[in-house]
Amino acid sequence: MTQAQYSGAELVVKTLSALKVKYLFGYPGGTVLDIYDALFQQADVEHILVRHEQAATHMADGFARATGEVGVVLATSGPGATNCITGIATAYMDSIPMVVLSGQVPTGLIGDDAFQETDIVGCSRPIVKHSFNCRRVVDIPNTLAKAFYIASTGRPGPVVIELPKDILMPQNKRAAFKFDPEVTMRSYNPTVKGHHRQIKKAVNTISQAKRLVIYSGGGVIIASAAELLTELVEKLNAPVTNTLMGLGGVSGLHDNFIGMLGMHGSLEANKAMANADVILALGARFDDRVTNNVNKFCPNATIVHVDIDPTSISKTINAHIPVVGLVDVVIKQLLNELEQQEFTPNPADNQNWWQQIEQWRAVKSVSYQQDDGKIKPQRVIEAMYQITQGEAYVCSDVGQHQMFAAQYYPFAKPRQWINSGGLGTMGFGLPAAMGVKLAFPDSHVICITGDGSIQMNIQELSTCLQYNLPVVIISLNNRSLGMVRQWQDMVYGGRHSSSYMESLPDFVKLAESYGHVGIQINTLDELDDKLQQAFAIKNRLVFVDVLVDENEHVYPMQIRTGAVDDMWIKKGVKA
Amino acid sequence: MRRILAILLENEAGSLSRIVGLFSQRAFNIESLTVAPTEDASLSRITIVTKGNDKILEQIVKQVNKLIDVIKITDLTERSHVERELLLIKVLAMNEKSRSEVKRITDIFRGSIIDIGKQIYTIELTGDVEKINAFIQVLANETEIIESVRSGCVGIARGDKALSVK
Repeated sequence: MTQAQYSGAELVVKTLSALKVKYLFGYPGGTVLDIYDALFQQADVEHILVRHEQAATHMADGFARATGEVGVVLATSGPGATNCITGIATAYMDSIPMVVLSGQVPTGLIGDDAFQETDIVGCSRPIVKHSFNCRRVVDIPNTLAKAFYIASTGRPGPVVIELPKDILMPQNKRAAFKFDPEVTMRSYNPTVKGHHRQIKKAVNTISQAKRLVIYSGGGVIIASAAELLTELVEKLNAPVTNTLMGLGGVSGLHDNFIGMLGMHGSLEANKAMANADVILALGARFDDRVTNNVNKFCPNATIVHVDIDPTSISKTINAHIPVVGLVDVVIKQLLNELEQQEFTPNPADNQNWWQQIEQWRAVKSVSYQQDDGKIKPQRVIEAMYQITQGEAYVCSDVGQHQMFAAQYYPFAKPRQWINSGGLGTMGFGLPAAMGVKLAFPDSHVICITGDGSIQMNIQELSTCLQYNLPVVIISLNNRSLGMVRQWQDMVYGGRHSSSYMESLPDFVKLAESYGHVGIQINTLDELDDKLQQAFAIKNRLVFVDVLVDENEHVYPMQIRTGAVDDMWIKKGVKA
Repeated sequence: MRRILAILLENEAGSLSRIVGLFSQRAFNIESLTVAPTEDASLSRITIVTKGNDKILEQIVKQVNKLIDVIKITDLTERSHVERELLLIKVLAMNEKSRSEVKRITDIFRGSIIDIGKQIYTIELTGDVEKINAFIQVLANETEIIESVRSGCVGIARGDKALSVK
């Protein structure tokens, strides 16, 4: 008996189904119509039609961040594919597993500047983990399998596959559905375990530290290592700080948690870093938004750096003890080694260190003053936290609201905090929240945004209606591009060049016109009640337009070109 | 410091562009680059001559290694190695004196004249970079250089050390 033969388009869909893909985020167009036709004739993979391909990538990204699964995007050639670029770059910077299937003009037309032709593999080359030019029908299943494997293993990242139209069409060549779920590649074998000698060295250094800080990043979230991290923190009784990407890696309510570090981190976190004798970096990459001036960064600390990606180690800050491996596996190795050495923290050193940290904590650097009737943006985040009892998925756009959310919503669990940390992509929040809501329909999913960011993908309100995605959008509306304005106030002599939004729409009416609920909050006394109302509406999207104090700045803030702990605590006050 | 990197990678569409793109994207220097398939047609070997201090070189090696297509990369300059470059050069050889002088210089450098035109000699020379530079310098003092092409450096480790898939 001969095996059943399938078209390329059918093979794409069959492979996605075999890879257990539930959702495909995309937008149809000429070169991928055969895939859409194949999707129409099956029920395993649900296609979510966005209104702009950028949103498809962010939606897949949000889905991936919340679930840990690979987010999958389908776009047509040319503009469909180029519209994905920002979303691919966003996923790349934050190491998010994503596969983007892009159409391409028929093989015979490639290079002719055919209608809707772009070299998407070329365009995306610097922002992908890998990409494939698939050129034969028979190669489709294994190319997809490889793409998923590459996207989701080692340091995850986006993978682009270009599929020319002629290999998809049913009237052209067909092939059997042959597919090896076990992928092996001679050129790609990511490290798993940390080298045992490095583990020993790391533990020897950690156990002799007098002032140890654990600095953990997005790697802990990606590797689902939060529980192990907490165990390590408790075993060492060490202070732990999270990067923006690492929030939730240890509970924001844990006694040992000293807050986020970096540009808008807490004083105690940055001070602890600056005064540490040993820094244990776990799945973090010494980003410039953490280090401030690298030449002044923690000169007295011995740095133990654990990361799956060797390029992240000693790229900006020299690591004294590098450990390459999956962060969950390495933490287990560290715990085992500590166990074998029967380690307990030296009580005197540990107590001295904590006493010092408590003094910095007492400054309460993450705080604000409610000095007039205006709604402070921080107060909105606090209310949001109270109402959702800290259990919401908070998906953020980029700007002041992002920093306020990071500072004032303590995340108890990993994957609760979803934001574009590396690329800082405005317009990320809403589609990301939609991807999360799709994965977790019964949870509170918030899109925290501002009047600038929300307008960068606001067309997705239409998608939300079509697929019934009742996210709660909370827009901290300050009638300006707040973070830009803050920098202009602080660095550019208060010249607000192009940071005003002088022609904002009526967001309530706008939400209503898309078939959603719009609520505006104007005064402080109505804040809690109206927010309660918004969260009480479970089956409809609610757009909450909160008119906040337009003069509020994000503090604390590192002083430019200074050391990690050179900070403004509030306007004009240095630490 | 000058470094010679040997890279073994999958011989697939786009592999070379990933290497070249990586160098420009991260502002790494490329002095020369050569590429060709190996005896195993599924593999390509690239030799890149670059410059940088230890920190930059460490990043280059790690970043290249991170590319999915790359099987191995090694810094040949770290240990004993052989490097060669091929030069093809056309020089003016108008009269008896200049022809015999060009021939003499070519012999001294152990090059060979591989083609003769009405007024032009084409010479082939293999050697390391210094030898080739010296040869070009000497020729330039003697006659007029019409055209030249250099292959870029290729290199291999001395002794039993080998760059292979294994």
